[in-house]
Amino acid sequence: MTTLANIETRLQQMRRDPAQSPLALAEELLGLGEQIMEHWLRAKGQVPTTEKRDGFRLLALHRQGCVGDPSFHACRESCRELVYYRNLLHGAPEHEDVENRLAMARAVALHLCLFIGGKMQDPALGDFCCSSRPQRTAAMAPA
Amino acid sequence: MSEKYKTVAYYPGCALEGTAHGYNRSTKAVAAKLGLNLVEVPDWNCCGAMEVKNIDPELQNYLSARNLAIVAEKMNVDTVMSPCNGCYHNLKKAEHDIANKPKTREVVDGLSNKAGHASYQAGSVESIHALDWLKQAIGEDGIRERVKNSLQGLKIANYYGCMYTRPRNIFPEKDQGEGSESTYQPHYMDDLLRAAGAEIVDYPLKTACCGGAHTLADSDTSTKLVLNLLQTAEDCGADVIATECPTCHSGLEMHQVRAETEFGVKTTPKMLYFTQLLGLAMGLSGRKLGLHENVSDAGALLKQKGLT
Repeated sequence: MTTLANIETRLQQMRRDPAQSPLALAEELLGLGEQIMEHWLRAKGQVPTTEKRDGFRLLALHRQGCVGDPSFHACRESCRELVYYRNLLHGAPEHEDVENRLAMARAVALHLCLFIGGKMQDPALGDFCCSSRPQRTAAMAPA
Repeated sequence: MSEKYKTVAYYPGCALEGTAHGYNRSTKAVAAKLGLNLVEVPDWNCCGAMEVKNIDPELQNYLSARNLAIVAEKMNVDTVMSPCNGCYHNLKKAEHDIANKPKTREVVDGLSNKAGHASYQAGSVESIHALDWLKQAIGEDGIRERVKNSLQGLKIANYYGCMYTRPRNIFPEKDQGEGSESTYQPHYMDDLLRAAGAEIVDYPLKTACCGGAHTLADSDTSTKLVLNLLQTAEDCGADVIATECPTCHSGLEMHQVRAETEFGVKTTPKMLYFTQLLGLAMGLSGRKLGLHENVSDAGALLKQKGLT
């Protein structure tokens, strides 16, 4: 598995040097997204799922990360956006907007990488928005 | 115009008295221009932001409940409006917890009693964000009718931040179909600024974390997150990132500078509060809208676009 630092470098490299094959790049971005999720799950002592949700492992991995950690929903939209752009690229690989769609997919993957990388430094990143953590923790505590 | 929201209680919160003074100024100026009445909540207190939550979430609920109780007991209105995502979020969270959690009710009742004021009763007051307020009170048609200086030619990426839509369970009025706000793809800012003539770009990071709360603990992560937001807006062709949250706004401004000094990466988008943009479209002066109080200097851009 590639380190988060190397994933970040690769994503930065794509910005400077867009790949020639949009479909291959879309798959690579999705794969990098899965690896980012795997880093987080392994750091939490979990075995990353191989299952899929709505047809994508990335979404199943994100779901797995949310169990017991509602603040992880903070990157839910990023995962879904990555899948959305992957689908756009696959659905219309010759579309005139393909470069822009690739740029957006790369930006979303980079956000995911930075966000998870930040959480590896400080797990509370993202808790600001999802202040459901104390709410749910209290609700789940034994009476 | 919806009479329901013509007069609302106004809860500016602490940021609008400091770093986000331009947001405060432009919200009031736009309200006056539109004939809407803002009555500031008397003796309002801090919402607890994130700091109190980390120590005692129930105390945070009490702080917001006290503000709600003032509106319910001392003001002749049934709606409180806050432009700050953090304040808005905390009001909604208090409302949710008081309605659903006996422990919260117990703490809020106990502290209210100790402080010598009536305890807030869930359902007495509706809490809305400035975006909801303008969307419901005036709407796109109302904005369109009042445009004097169209934002045509200005490309805008709308950045909603995290707390306007998360967690979803405290916003039961959202995701209710046509006309309601979406927690997945928020669009109220898009609707209003498009009505003012702006070109809204498709911005995939509109609710992504800006790292705001970590700006002191982990500055480099915050700067990188913001830099990605800025570069993505640039890639979308945006001239401006429109904001609705003082924490996001100051984070974007400060880390834009820091990205240049620390990482040597310069980015061009300017940050403006959505109320400042609406005010410009309605012909209000930059001074009245507090443009001079922003760190991000949009003067040359706005002049080039014929907006100042």
